[in-house]
Amino acid sequence: MTEQALNNQGHMQNIVDDWSNDKQAYHVPWGKLMMWIFLISDTFIFSCFLVGYMNVRMSATEPWPYPSEVFALELFGQNIPLILIAIMTFILITSSGTMALAVRYAHFRDRKKIAILMLITALFGLSFVGMQAFEWTKLISEGVRPWANPFGAHQFGSIFFMVTGFHGLHVSIGVIYLSIVAFKVNRGDYDKKDNYEIVEITGLYWHFVDLVWVFIFAFFYLW
Amino acid sequence: MTYIPIADQPNELHDPHTFISKYVWSQDHKVIAIQYGSTAIFVGLIALVLSALMRLQLGYPDTFSFIDPADYYQFVTMHGMIMVIYLLTALFLGGFGNYLIPLQIGARDMVFPYLNMLSYWFYLLSVIILLASFFVPGGPTGAGWTLYPPQAILRGTPGADMGIMLMLASLAVFVVAFTMGGLNYVTTVLQARTNGMTLMRMPLSVWGIFVATILGLFAFPALFVSAIMMTFDKLLGTSFFMPAIQSLGETLNTAGGSPVLFQHLFWFFGHPEVYIVALPAFGLVSDVLSCHARKNIFGYRLMVWAIIIIGALSFIVWAHHMYVSGMNPYFGFFFAFTTLIIAVPTAIKVYNWVLTLWEGNIRLTVPMLFAIGFIFTFIHGGLTGIFLGNVTVDLPLSDTYFVVAHFHMVMGVSPVLVLYAALYHWYPKITGKMFNVTLGKIHFWATFLGTYAIYLPMHYLGFLGVPRRYYAMGNTDFIPDSAQALNANITQAAIFVGIMQLVFIFNVIWSLKYGKKSDPNPWDATSLEWQTPDNPPVHGNWGEKLPVVYRWAYEYSVPGAKDDFVPQSIAPEDVEMLEGEGKYVDRSEEH
Ligand code: HEM
Ligand SMILES: [Cu+2]
Repeated sequence: MTEQALNNQGHMQNIVDDWSNDKQAYHVPWGKLMMWIFLISDTFIFSCFLVGYMNVRMSATEPWPYPSEVFALELFGQNIPLILIAIMTFILITSSGTMALAVRYAHFRDRKKIAILMLITALFGLSFVGMQAFEWTKLISEGVRPWANPFGAHQFGSIFFMVTGFHGLHVSIGVIYLSIVAFKVNRGDYDKKDNYEIVEITGLYWHFVDLVWVFIFAFFYLW
Repeated sequence: MTYIPIADQPNELHDPHTFISKYVWSQDHKVIAIQYGSTAIFVGLIALVLSALMRLQLGYPDTFSFIDPADYYQFVTMHGMIMVIYLLTALFLGGFGNYLIPLQIGARDMVFPYLNMLSYWFYLLSVIILLASFFVPGGPTGAGWTLYPPQAILRGTPGADMGIMLMLASLAVFVVAFTMGGLNYVTTVLQARTNGMTLMRMPLSVWGIFVATILGLFAFPALFVSAIMMTFDKLLGTSFFMPAIQSLGETLNTAGGSPVLFQHLFWFFGHPEVYIVALPAFGLVSDVLSCHARKNIFGYRLMVWAIIIIGALSFIVWAHHMYVSGMNPYFGFFFAFTTLIIAVPTAIKVYNWVLTLWEGNIRLTVPMLFAIGFIFTFIHGGLTGIFLGNVTVDLPLSDTYFVVAHFHMVMGVSPVLVLYAALYHWYPKITGKMFNVTLGKIHFWATFLGTYAIYLPMHYLGFLGVPRRYYAMGNTDFIPDSAQALNANITQAAIFVGIMQLVFIFNVIWSLKYGKKSDPNPWDATSLEWQTPDNPPVHGNWGEKLPVVYRWAYEYSVPGAKDDFVPQSIAPEDVEMLEGEGKYVDRSEEH
């Protein structure tokens, strides 16, 4: 092959080289790759949930409630649509920011800062779950149930509680996961081998949970 | 951050010391593989007994008073579900995946042994939940292995209270177990290969298991989600899958759900599931055929690509199971089209197996017999699949015994024959003992001929229109008396085949104790697992140093070489040649 042709192959060639290597296909620690694969698998779970949602929304025989009315909140004597959910979304996205900072300090091995930033992330997560609990309580007090819904189609309540519940479970697990890792970072467990991959891996999970929320937000509240 | 590939890291496995950490809570992939394998074979035997009971009822209706119609439905359901999920998936991936991946790619263990151990215990839990459903009021579910709602959770279907709940719970736990194992298999193959082991030098067994695991990680989520949704329909009274229904004279409090949604979700899992079982079988059988024919596998690269392409296509054919479901009829065209396309890479694989045998130096060992038997049954089942893939042909045949015959040939008998081939092939490595060859041959001929005696006539019953999942035919005009006679013969064959499986069980247990000590490499095979310093391999697999790989795994009948084969881990300059033959020339990169 001529010099020219070799240069032209550039990027593709890099990929091919990686994959035709011995020992490993990606130049990353296995834990990170495993988390990626898990998240892809989890993406399929959420996709199935969302496809199920679209499908029941079409098959439902009663009218679908208007999200801007159902999810409105009385604040200062005014009915503000989607206000709670806007705050929740903002908090979750902010928490992705603090997580990213924690990963950054992991490169510098700054134990204190990593631990604090991860704890802040966890607290954001916790407040998200708290507000979700508040929203659930409000809907339930208005009579929305998995099997019944005063505003229209049954399936609205069913799918809403199921999918936000499943996502909320992810957030809760993430909060526990973050707290444990923050605790261990602070104790210096990862200095023994000078290996802070786990912070990045936790970060991957957290960003994913955040990203999924954006889709849930769009599909449930804006559609 | 300092980061070294796994193959270059120092050996850090800590040897377990107590009996419990060695054999019970073990993190060693080989022990986990054996745990998975024996549990799977155990439940498989239960499923076999259930099939015998069904056959007794079908062959001799009105004879066995202890089988009533509800029992029959429960037997069908549990038989199908156990065979597909708890036997085949668990044995191929949990069993052979665990055993072979680290050994064949030259790793000391899976990358995350602890998770791997959890995977087995979750699997065991799912099996226990499944079997518990035999003992709850109402018995196990009788909804058919496809569990279609609404009937699966309505009164009138056996096990519609507790049985179906336990089934769904068990499936959800199984998915969790599979995910924990699957993450390990995929990551280990990608990141933990030894020096010199490129992806294109891996034995096809690893390729098949690897791609099948990826399919599982993407397909099981659909099953998981549909199980959750159906649980809610049953427990909380939601209407995901429930339209407005009149049931047993009552109007139910359900409306607006979509039963077809469940079918889509189920088959989005269900069809890839066929390949989750088939691809490992394709891989294992390729290695067995090549080794015992003393010939390199024909078209290695094509075989790898065929596995990948089949895996990818298997995600866009699912609705060929739904031609009669009431989905949009135009879908049928698309799904028939993709279904027929997938036949092309599959046919390529079959040609390559046959061409591997061509002019080979075939040794008719027990594993080889099973492997060749597989080629027959697979071609057979594959051909009937082409019929059923076409909408117009499928419509009259759907839900008849033709379908039962088809899927038993292609995903029942064929993978099982490969399992036997693989179990016999790797038995000397796993146990260090040689099995009894005569018993093995008896087992093969009984099983191979027996399955034809069972399933060939079923195709004919299908053409007559005999419906599947029926307890008894009664007096039906279009079913002649001769069909009943045939049914009795099928039952005799099925009972015979079932009993002959005990020969295998006996052989495995007996040889464990009384079998001859096996050579470390009794089949003169090239792949790494046969080159371990200990036989059977011990914790950590390779002693002090990992093996280094110099070539692919198919260097058989090497011209001039002393042993006629060259293991993957022998350096070219160390290959012993016959006198006057000159030096060894590596041909592997030519393929
Ligand atoms: C000697 C071995 C076997 C015999 C005699 C046997 C027999 C049967 C019978 C009689 C039925 C019920 C047909 C009906 O009433 O519709 C059935 C269904 C089924 N079998 Fe087997 N079988 C055997 C092995 C297997 C294996 C190895 C598999 C693995 C894939 C398998 C998978 C299934 C499935 C998925 C069903 C459908 C269940 C349903 O309709 O819900 N069988 N088998
Ligand atoms: Cu299919």
